[in-house]
Amino acid sequence: MLAGISDKLNCGQPIGREEALYLLQEAELLEVGRLADRMRQRLHPQRRVTFVVDRNVNYSNVCLAGCSFCAFYRSPGVEGGYLLSHQQILAKVSELAAQGGTQLLLQGGLHPELTIDWFEELFRQIRSQFPSVQIHSLSPAEIVHTAELSGLTIADCLRRLRDAGLASLPGGGAELLVDEVRARISPNKIGWRQWAQVMEEAHAQGMATTATMVLGFGEEPQQIIEHLFRIRELQPASGGFTAFIPWTFQPANTDLGGRGASAWDYLKVLAVSRLVLDNIPNLQASWVTQGAAVAQTALFFGANDLGGTMLEENVVAAAGTSFRLSKEELIALIREAGFVAARRDTGYGILQEYC
Amino acid sequence: MNPLFSTINDKIERSERLDVDEALQLARCDDLLGLGALAARANARLNGARVLFNRNRHINYTNVCVNACNFCAFRRDDRQQGAYCLTPQEVGERAAAAATAGAREVHVVGGLHPEQPLAYYLDLLRAIRRAAPDIHIKAFTAVEIDHLSHLSGLSLAELLEELKSAGLDSLPGGGAEIFAPAVRHQLCPEKITGKRWLEVMAAVHRAGLRSNATMLFGHLESWEDRIDHLRQLRELQDETGGFMAFIPLPYQADNTRLPGLRGPGGVEILKTLAISRLFLDNFQHLKGYWVMLGVKLAQVALAFGVNDLDGTVIEERIGHAAGAASPQVLSCEELCWLIRRAGKQPVERDSLYRLLGEH
Repeated sequence: MLAGISDKLNCGQPIGREEALYLLQEAELLEVGRLADRMRQRLHPQRRVTFVVDRNVNYSNVCLAGCSFCAFYRSPGVEGGYLLSHQQILAKVSELAAQGGTQLLLQGGLHPELTIDWFEELFRQIRSQFPSVQIHSLSPAEIVHTAELSGLTIADCLRRLRDAGLASLPGGGAELLVDEVRARISPNKIGWRQWAQVMEEAHAQGMATTATMVLGFGEEPQQIIEHLFRIRELQPASGGFTAFIPWTFQPANTDLGGRGASAWDYLKVLAVSRLVLDNIPNLQASWVTQGAAVAQTALFFGANDLGGTMLEENVVAAAGTSFRLSKEELIALIREAGFVAARRDTGYGILQEYC
Repeated sequence: MNPLFSTINDKIERSERLDVDEALQLARCDDLLGLGALAARANARLNGARVLFNRNRHINYTNVCVNACNFCAFRRDDRQQGAYCLTPQEVGERAAAAATAGAREVHVVGGLHPEQPLAYYLDLLRAIRRAAPDIHIKAFTAVEIDHLSHLSGLSLAELLEELKSAGLDSLPGGGAEIFAPAVRHQLCPEKITGKRWLEVMAAVHRAGLRSNATMLFGHLESWEDRIDHLRQLRELQDETGGFMAFIPLPYQADNTRLPGLRGPGGVEILKTLAISRLFLDNFQHLKGYWVMLGVKLAQVALAFGVNDLDGTVIEERIGHAAGAASPQVLSCEELCWLIRRAGKQPVERDSLYRLLGEH
């Protein structure tokens, strides 16, 4: 079977669900890695590995969803809940801009009171004060929630946010795009079809997005494959998803608990993702959940991007994992692995190569 | 397959040895996964799909050390704040607690204390033996053995007999660092030479004791130094057959005195493990020491020729003092889970690598 898959890939043909499942379940880790590495070389022949200078700002941890895998949220009215003011957020963006940052990832809980004008006002101010920073913010769950709270359709909500300055959407909240899994871990969150609907609408309005996947919820291999193919099939011919970003559930301090996914599982899924998603140009390695050593290794399993420097990260840290890397460390990590490090913008345009 | 890999592959099939030049060519190649696959094949021929682990506890009896190796964040001067030296009774109590918790082995190493006489070390072994009669005592690196030989005036052979009769069962592989004299001089000028380390191990093996061997890498040494280190180990192993496992240790950069060094990255670590597996054809076992590698990379290393994940390692202090980010302890369940998730078969072993049964 492996030889057949390899031939298909060599001819640039897509692989099917069964073949992907074979790679995930039966094939040797390094065999799958080598196929993914070959595809990475074909898609990114410059041997470049990119990253973006960014900051995650979590405007609020108050959330109505109450997902069992999350160690970050507080239910409304519970002690420890917070909401940042526009002024506090702008101060954080100012620090990001001062450090040459180009991407702001604003993400928060599903707050019971924030309607669209709160975001519009914030985005307008960010756009006018920090034009060099791209607002890459709000995952589909937040878009749906904001639309509902504001009495808007998803299309109108996205349009208004876009006009206020929202340039692109992160692909968070995808977790596993299979409703049987979602019903178990995040019953109050949007289902996979709504996630897909937001992404389709964003793409239709000319906004780029990424897509994520979270491993380690005790999901079945078939469900992982289903997630990948759903993303593959959602990708418009014109390209709306710029990157795919798998990472692993961090179990500490969560209700769900368990062991999560091992590094071995992570690398295998990463490689299979590269092979299934031949219509999505970039694949991110997650140093935030895997650490520097495995993230560097991931560059040989299909990944061509290390995501952001993340001047601030709170959500994964709340679940007990706190890997930190500076821009210099990211560059060194890329170089040591034999690649050319490059800083990019949110749209994967190259801003600077580090030769 | 590239020509170098075909040559190596043929050699694996025919059970022939790699020469130094071939190992250096592998070090220069950038096909990480191709290299890993070769090492995995070599390992599979020796060990099948089994991955071994044991239940152990580390006891670092003192951090006082007359040496001051630049990579060490653990040592203290004799009267410095934070200096400690456990009494034989305290060590015995820890061994007893370890045995109660299910450990089959204590791994006992410490600094080179300026004042403790040989009697202290013999008492320490006897105290462990008394407190935990069935536990395997793996103790004292070659560096400590050399120190004890000097302070007692005994020959290596005489000393080892004394230690054996007090309860010593086997020796760990530490203190080898890197044998290359120039690098070793910068790294740990007071420490015994590589030549002496090998002499001590030869004596250990002649005394009927088995040991492991280590290499500290990713600091100031070149690939030539690394391969030469492996070559010297392979030659001694040809003579004595006394080494059980080879344990490459990535340099940990925090809190040490070698400024500007970052320590090796994941790719460099995996490459070093894979080349070690291929070159050391006369070592049955290659250990991925998770304390230094990190748990995640140690699991990934199972695809790069590693067949042993050490053990539960309660209370490791030396690597952690230098910034190792790994946890203090892994449960058997977690070790087995990591091994199974890698598609391998977890097997508990004893300290002499006898298999105790599948988990």
